[in-house]
Amino acid sequence: MLAIISPLMRIVEIPMLALQRLLGMNRLAWVFLAPNLILFGLFAFLPVILNVAYATTGGSNVLLADRPDVGLRNFATLTDCGSVLDPNSCREDKFWRAVWNTTWFVTLQVGFMVGFALLTAIILNRDIRARGFFRAVFFFPVLLSPVVVALIWKWILQREGVLNAFLDWAGPGGFNWLVDANWAFTWSVFISVWAHMGFYTLILLAGLQAIPRDVYEAATMDRASPWRAFRKITLPLLAPTMLVVLVLALIKGVQTFDEIYAFTGGGPGTATTFIIQYIYEEGFAGAPRLFGLAAAASLMVAFVLVILTLIQLWVNRRNVDG
Amino acid sequence: MASVAEFLTRTRGRANGGTRLHWTDWASYTYLTFGILLMFGPVVWLVLSSFKTEADLQRYPPTFLPYQQQTMLIEGYDEPLPLFRMTGGDYEGMVLAQVRRVGLQAQMVDPANPGERLRTGIEDREPVQRVRLATENYTELFERFTFLRYFWNSTFITLMSTAIMLLVNSMAAFALSKYQFRGRTTVLLLVIGTLMIPQTVVLVPLFLIVTELGMFNSLWGVIIPGAATPTGVFLLRQYMLTIPDEILDAARMDKASEWKIYWRIILPLSAPAIAVLAILAIMWRWNDFLWPLIVLTQSENFTLQLALNSFQGELLTDWSSLLAMTVLTLLPIAAVFMFLQKYIATGIASTGGK
Repeated sequence: MLAIISPLMRIVEIPMLALQRLLGMNRLAWVFLAPNLILFGLFAFLPVILNVAYATTGGSNVLLADRPDVGLRNFATLTDCGSVLDPNSCREDKFWRAVWNTTWFVTLQVGFMVGFALLTAIILNRDIRARGFFRAVFFFPVLLSPVVVALIWKWILQREGVLNAFLDWAGPGGFNWLVDANWAFTWSVFISVWAHMGFYTLILLAGLQAIPRDVYEAATMDRASPWRAFRKITLPLLAPTMLVVLVLALIKGVQTFDEIYAFTGGGPGTATTFIIQYIYEEGFAGAPRLFGLAAAASLMVAFVLVILTLIQLWVNRRNVDG
Repeated sequence: MASVAEFLTRTRGRANGGTRLHWTDWASYTYLTFGILLMFGPVVWLVLSSFKTEADLQRYPPTFLPYQQQTMLIEGYDEPLPLFRMTGGDYEGMVLAQVRRVGLQAQMVDPANPGERLRTGIEDREPVQRVRLATENYTELFERFTFLRYFWNSTFITLMSTAIMLLVNSMAAFALSKYQFRGRTTVLLLVIGTLMIPQTVVLVPLFLIVTELGMFNSLWGVIIPGAATPTGVFLLRQYMLTIPDEILDAARMDKASEWKIYWRIILPLSAPAIAVLAILAIMWRWNDFLWPLIVLTQSENFTLQLALNSFQGELLTDWSSLLAMTVLTLLPIAAVFMFLQKYIATGIASTGGK
């Protein structure tokens, strides 16, 4: 490896040295920053600005010059509803179905995930054997690719899969899980919790381990019951970490796409179609590529994410100060 | 018996004086055991299933281990014939080979006496089988050109994207940690800004930019935007701040150029942080799905993740190949995880938790 890198680096040194003589040492910093700034500018900042341009233009051309200006009509189309609570009364019913699916999904997924992550972290923080091993057990699904997670569970849940074989044997009988809307949704929440729980467990465990032991010792001396110690010491001292975890989980949850798309394809019907899948389908998978609608929808998602991120920054700052 | 129970339930010395496991310990270990089953079980099942033949995969209820029916080459027949053990009827207890099956009847032949055909009912027999790993699921994948193609695409994207990201991020981190220049705070804020823009909300304009740059349906269309990940700038800057400036000054006295200081001093000294970042980046890029799905629409450009997704969508899913391919897709990550578990855990905790 080094044998390839070293000569390359030596070649780069020649122009860099010339630049150093030309600019002086401190202005050379901009040269070091340049590749990064170009990449970020081109693939992060420019898209944000262009997103607004797309959201206010119509048609299915990619090139902005060929796109007619429609003002806020894309947003009007998305929000043209009898009542936003009832997707059937909306012009873009699929959008609102996706919005409500995502809302429900995020509520359930984050709730269960953070709950189980907290329980697991508390148990892992006890005086147990082989803690490292158990931590790894709960953590490793985090590393699996979304498609692999989806396939593993699809294989287990299929009509003639191992879960149905077990249920047939145990009594209740098998079921075609992913064909039923409610079950497909339930299992989507389940595999999402399964796949991501370990990450939050890890953060919460770090938070628990940061609580000083002597606080608990003092509580034991005062004959506080373990339950009381948990409520009066663990929970308040863990609260900042909990907030970080909650906001992070919400930000990720809103953007759920990969594993569910590979798992159910958004179906049956639109039962597991979430907002990112709606954007993907309007902009890239559908026959007329409605970039404007997709961009308008992503701006609405961005709005939610910005609010969540601001909360996150505020929480972080408060943690640092406190 | 009592002493055995005591031995099993004895714990390491505890502050509160108790030497027996409290009921909460039992509950904890029960929970953890259940956790092992729930977390590992599905993956173990996937790996076991990937070694089953297509016929074995069709079996319901499925068996735990991969089985294969034994066959025997019998005089007068070109193909090896499947063996059955008779459980009832006239030939109970004998092992016969099936010549063919017609409805509920089967024509069988006794391996010891191949000349004579025997008629039996199919409910009177069970297949003779033994545990055998169907490794052909894997070897067939490698014989197929397309699989190697996907594997290569994934590897190329992952390595290139990671290398570019490491180089670019470490250069920026060097500038932000070791130079005093006007606009440094602004740049830092800009990088924080990039952290706040998830790819999922800028898909449409990103698609335009990539298309305009001629990278649509090219691996570079995945590599370059993937390399524009800001996480590394923070991680590396934080680490480089701990490198004392005196080392740099000493090198400057010796007339080392700034570039030489970067790659001869700063890079080697930041190796631990770079390693953590490299592992994270490799995982991110290997597992990427949504952006490759948009950019790579021709099947010869598919990554493993895209190929897996498109295979499972086919009407008649070829599960035996698909499962083997899934195992091979998760294998590199599993290997990395086994050896570098600790670094990954700390790395993820420090990038995602802060």
